[in-house]
Amino acid sequence: MFRLEVRTSTPTWFNLALPLLAIAATLVLCSGLIALAGAGILESYGVMFTASLGDSYAITETLVRAAPMIFTGLAVAVAFRAKFWNIGAEGQLLAGAVASCFVGAIPMPGALAMLLMAIAGAAAGAAVALAPATLRVKFKVDDVVSSLLLNSVIYYALMALIEGPWKDSFSGYPISPPIEDSANFPVLIEGTRLHLGVIVALIAAPLIWFLIARTTLGFRIRVTGENPEAARYGGIHVERVLLSTALLSGALAGLAGVGEVGGVHFQVMSDISPGYGYSGIVVAMLARLNPLGVVPAAIFLAAVMTGAEAMSRATGVPAFLSDVIQGTALLAMLVALLFTAYRIRRVGVAT
Amino acid sequence: MSVVLEQIFQVGFLAAIIRIATPLAFATLGEMFSERAGVLNLGIEGIMLLCAMTGFTATSLSGSLWLGVLVAVLTGMLMGALHALFTVMLGLSQHVCGIGVTLFSSGLAYFLYRLIFGQQSVPPAIKGFQTLPIPVLSDIPVLGPAVFNQFALVYMAIVAIPLAAFVLYRTPWGLSVRMVGENPRAADSAGVSVIATRFQAVILGGALMGLAGAFLSMAQFNAFTFGVVSGRGWVAIALVVFGRWDPWRSAGAALLFAFVDALQLRMQASGLGHIPYEAFLMLPFIFTIVAMAVMSRNAVAPSALLKPFRREER
Repeated sequence: MFRLEVRTSTPTWFNLALPLLAIAATLVLCSGLIALAGAGILESYGVMFTASLGDSYAITETLVRAAPMIFTGLAVAVAFRAKFWNIGAEGQLLAGAVASCFVGAIPMPGALAMLLMAIAGAAAGAAVALAPATLRVKFKVDDVVSSLLLNSVIYYALMALIEGPWKDSFSGYPISPPIEDSANFPVLIEGTRLHLGVIVALIAAPLIWFLIARTTLGFRIRVTGENPEAARYGGIHVERVLLSTALLSGALAGLAGVGEVGGVHFQVMSDISPGYGYSGIVVAMLARLNPLGVVPAAIFLAAVMTGAEAMSRATGVPAFLSDVIQGTALLAMLVALLFTAYRIRRVGVAT
Repeated sequence: MSVVLEQIFQVGFLAAIIRIATPLAFATLGEMFSERAGVLNLGIEGIMLLCAMTGFTATSLSGSLWLGVLVAVLTGMLMGALHALFTVMLGLSQHVCGIGVTLFSSGLAYFLYRLIFGQQSVPPAIKGFQTLPIPVLSDIPVLGPAVFNQFALVYMAIVAIPLAAFVLYRTPWGLSVRMVGENPRAADSAGVSVIATRFQAVILGGALMGLAGAFLSMAQFNAFTFGVVSGRGWVAIALVVFGRWDPWRSAGAALLFAFVDALQLRMQASGLGHIPYEAFLMLPFIFTIVAMAVMSRNAVAPSALLKPFRREER
């Protein structure tokens, strides 16, 4: 007989083992689709790997794609730590993109423009995230549903802008006017797209880790998430912590939008985010809500996305495999997390 | 304004409302059953997309519309079972699983569609459902041609609303659903299997989401495109809340949304008004968020929503 037993603590090697287990399970499960498409499994994964991490140019491309997911992953990780269920990183990213594009289009010295773009984008994202948090604190409105629905509101607001007052009168396409050239984030390695925002994302992760693990606010966030009753009893103003968490989380998601405007697209269009906000949930879960884990998790997803396109060209397997991998990885990770809550024990029955 | 009023009372306009409302009504009823049993299904957006794809594909390959509908419904039930496996059986967090199911199913829909149909400049189309006038009833002025000269799936949606209310409020199974959604522990003590009831409700919900998807690709657009669902699943999530988890109110909410949407389309087409059409599309979401804040005083959401049930834990 086997039974599930509640675990009280988990060994630290779980933090690495569980995501790897989930990713391995995902790749095995998705290999069925590659076989269905009539391509070689190892060959396809091989192309995927080489095209995303095989040489230095590929690595820079993967990092460029990872940057927004590092930010949204951090945004979700921070929020989920406090059990503020922010499903709205997608909308917060879009708000950040719009705000930074507004600022970036104003002529001013480049460095100042970039700084103000970041501030405006973070503020816009934070403002959007504050809404579901306020509704939860003041009116006990479910934050899952309200933050999710806000994504659609922000998306339509963005569409109204780029199809209305912002519409590029020159081309007639629904895209915003570009930001000033001087506001384009500098490229760090000649001949690649590796921009300043990528480095900022890579630095943000350890900073957020420090904030969560070593500061008073981080402590409050963790306690509020783990045991709000105890937090309240210990004199922590839980509502205030939730609002602060929302501001921080929204600002991080907003920065994802800033990077895409300043470093990649230089303007806003309807498909500026291919779901990076939702991917942030996958990233955060794979990272077990640890900000340091967000970086490799985001790089993994980015590598899958970059690699899938090359795989599609080489083997004919549709590039949408990367979307399936993303969904499967999230579900596999959730199942893997069961091992942290329970352990399987043999009990009773003598053999 | 009088021009607007004139438009509203046209047969074509009323018929358009009914057609826009149909997939929303199916989806909203599906989500409602799931939530009444205590399971939020954020997989709805992806499930509808996958069902639209499988239904379209089955029809395209076999030539049979009803086989397509059947395949879409079975797909929805399968994805519902998957969501239930994670959230009900394993007790994993419902919102994260739901996002996972949406990412997985929409990815799978894109992947399989591209695999089967390849990349074509003009998406393949099918001869979708044709209108099926109901004798006598379709002769009623205005209402007749608008309501009783529709697709068979529309009539199914019209029947589904009272049927859902009957099942939920007048049958023992409906009582079980409400019990496991409100107070699973009491339901368990009363001998109701919480796990089984929730499974059934989520799977039934999936079947209804399948009908919603099938309607989109086989009656409304007669083709599958990547934007065929474009947020209608999220709208259904909002409509369930707005309709206070009640079949009649939810269906009413779907009708109201369809009215606003049809009006928006008309105004866009006739170049009337300077309000961007996106403002109308935003409305259901904003209304719902406001409604949630207003309603929060009297808790109407199923009490056990989002809470997994494990017998041995207290």
